[in-house]
Amino acid sequence: VSRVLLTGNGAAAWGARLARVDYVPAFPITPQTEIIESLASWIDGGEMRGRLVTLESEHSMLTAAGAAAATGVRVFSATSSQGLLYAMEMLYTVAGWRTPFVLVNVSRGLSAPITLEPDHNDVLAARDSGFLQIHCADCQEVLDSVLIAYRLGEDSRVRQPVLVNLDGFYLSFTREPVTVPGPAEVDDFLPAFDAESIAFRASAPESQAVAVLGGGPYSYFRYETHLALLNGLAVYEEIAADFGERFGRAHPAVEAYRCDDAEIVLLMMGSFATKARAAVDNLRDAGQRVGLLRPRLLRPFPAQSLVKQLAGKRGVAVIDQNISMGKGGVLYAEVASVLYGHKDAPLLVSFVGGIGGRDISPEEFFEMVKVVAAAVQRGEAPPPRLLYTEDELREIRKLQTLAHVERNSLGEGK
Amino acid sequence: MYRIRFHGRGGQGMKTASRILGSALFAEGFEVQDAPRYGAERRGAPIFAYVRADRVPISERGIIRRPDLVVVADDTLVPVPAAGVLAGLDAYSVLLIHSHESADTWRRRLNTPARVLVLPLIEESADRADLPSVGAVCAGAAACLLGVISEDALVKASRDELGQLGEAVVQRNLDKAQAAYRQMAEVRGVVTQGTEANAADYTPPAWISLPFEDANVSAPVIHAGLTSSAVSTGLWRTLRPVIDYDRCNQCWWVCTSLCPDGAIQVEEGRPTIDYDHCKGCLVCVAVCPPHAIEAQPERAAESLETPQ
Repeated sequence: VSRVLLTGNGAAAWGARLARVDYVPAFPITPQTEIIESLASWIDGGEMRGRLVTLESEHSMLTAAGAAAATGVRVFSATSSQGLLYAMEMLYTVAGWRTPFVLVNVSRGLSAPITLEPDHNDVLAARDSGFLQIHCADCQEVLDSVLIAYRLGEDSRVRQPVLVNLDGFYLSFTREPVTVPGPAEVDDFLPAFDAESIAFRASAPESQAVAVLGGGPYSYFRYETHLALLNGLAVYEEIAADFGERFGRAHPAVEAYRCDDAEIVLLMMGSFATKARAAVDNLRDAGQRVGLLRPRLLRPFPAQSLVKQLAGKRGVAVIDQNISMGKGGVLYAEVASVLYGHKDAPLLVSFVGGIGGRDISPEEFFEMVKVVAAAVQRGEAPPPRLLYTEDELREIRKLQTLAHVERNSLGEGK
Repeated sequence: MYRIRFHGRGGQGMKTASRILGSALFAEGFEVQDAPRYGAERRGAPIFAYVRADRVPISERGIIRRPDLVVVADDTLVPVPAAGVLAGLDAYSVLLIHSHESADTWRRRLNTPARVLVLPLIEESADRADLPSVGAVCAGAAACLLGVISEDALVKASRDELGQLGEAVVQRNLDKAQAAYRQMAEVRGVVTQGTEANAADYTPPAWISLPFEDANVSAPVIHAGLTSSAVSTGLWRTLRPVIDYDRCNQCWWVCTSLCPDGAIQVEEGRPTIDYDHCKGCLVCVAVCPPHAIEAQPERAAESLETPQ
């Protein structure tokens, strides 16, 4: 065991290395590339066994990952943003093969306009694919989650691929102290993969994911996958508890921070939640009863846990680092759907912020709590609020002015 | 909590500086967070990196808004708005500029409430391998200004971060980092730990509700070509490629096609470099078959130019 400074990307690579993965199909994309560079250099230097192959696209990379997983070996891959979307057809396809492996996504906002900085619209596009999703808040959690993800996906009650998400820049390139467990400890927690019936071989052809027509058989296979994911909730808690006992770090499906006597709760996913944690401490010091809930699992969705944790709270600020165009925050809709019909459910207020890596300041967390408190007083939620300030609009007006000046002075506009 | 920002240009080693300082603070028993921030990775583009250090685990993350210390490796960045060098400087902040100008000059120019210090520009050496050490210099100076990092910790951290580059590189950087550390001895410990916003008394964010705007206005479209020629990216250059026409054999197709910025034109069979747009990536230096293109430190090259 050693405690060292690692980036989120470095932590993800260490997770794969300690999981003793056999096969890594790879394709580079900012801000993920450091993960495959680390693995490549370890394999090249003989520090890690396994085979890393660069494919010609993320679509092929996911196909290779699923195909390799179907032979019963342990597979790791990583991507981000446009790469995840390019692979999307195969995400759905390999999830239907019921073969486990781990895919790390380093969140980055989607084009257009193009950006490098994070939000969660990329990983949420994979929400319904059949991959389980674990969302990380710090670099330690990235390493731990990769290990937990293998146990989870490979469990015979689940047997599905798992996506581990970390935010670009805020985790991917950020070094923090990370405890790297020793290989023997990890081997005890995560033994070699017992692939059971997963044994696809070129020498012994079998059909993988046959065509089914008529709807009935299709419904059966699709719903079985859904049930496998739902099983994942209890299996996850079991594995996380075992992990906690062995390594002393708790990673429950929903992190509850200072929630016990809280009246108002901030609810959000990913690395920005650590900023919310700091804001909660600050608000507590000022005498306010505020807490933070952070779902680590998005799929399966920890519905019961959230209902229980939110029962009796007065108000919740649901902070979405994503937008479903024409609807609003995705997490808000998810949380609202599980609370519907519960008599002691709190008032929900929807905030959208952190899009494309736009920071969320401490003052904004304080203000969201104030807005929720006022809404609770009135008994009515205000409309969803985009975290966006006058200064930011002034900045865009300046850019628009420059674009217009260029149009005129360069004379190429219409 | 200490909050430190390093500003420089891609290639100057700001990420390395933040990592050396981060590792040194970690070695001194601090909880640490260090990270670079940049757009598309390009030599010469403005980048910054930051370090947080505290005695307890750190929950804050992302860009530092209220820095205790800002270190500027390249003083041409100070007036570039996109670089954000001056963002959040307050009376308790320290601004250290690597510059040949005096602290007084910068104080008058910027009218900043921050305490302004100057790290005299290291003399540009003819040995091009020497140039990237500016990152180590900035880390060394910053380490002393914090007052909580011993010179031994600085040395160990520099070795940890640069070790894979070989002993010669480590030694060259160490010499400069230690010299910068000692040079700051008079102001050792001048940087103090600032505070972030307080829930009991804060200025509320000036949120606005975005109005709908017609797609003619709100689509992300620049209604003109040639915008890249209007931006003088040549200002990003820290090294300047200079063609020695006595050696140039006019195989212009090579340098003109391989220049990633299209900044080499051919005039009467002779390649000429457009210094308004050359970012100094030095691809041309590497590919030139007769080795006729030399890299010169930008500031030295500028001083040789005839004033117009």
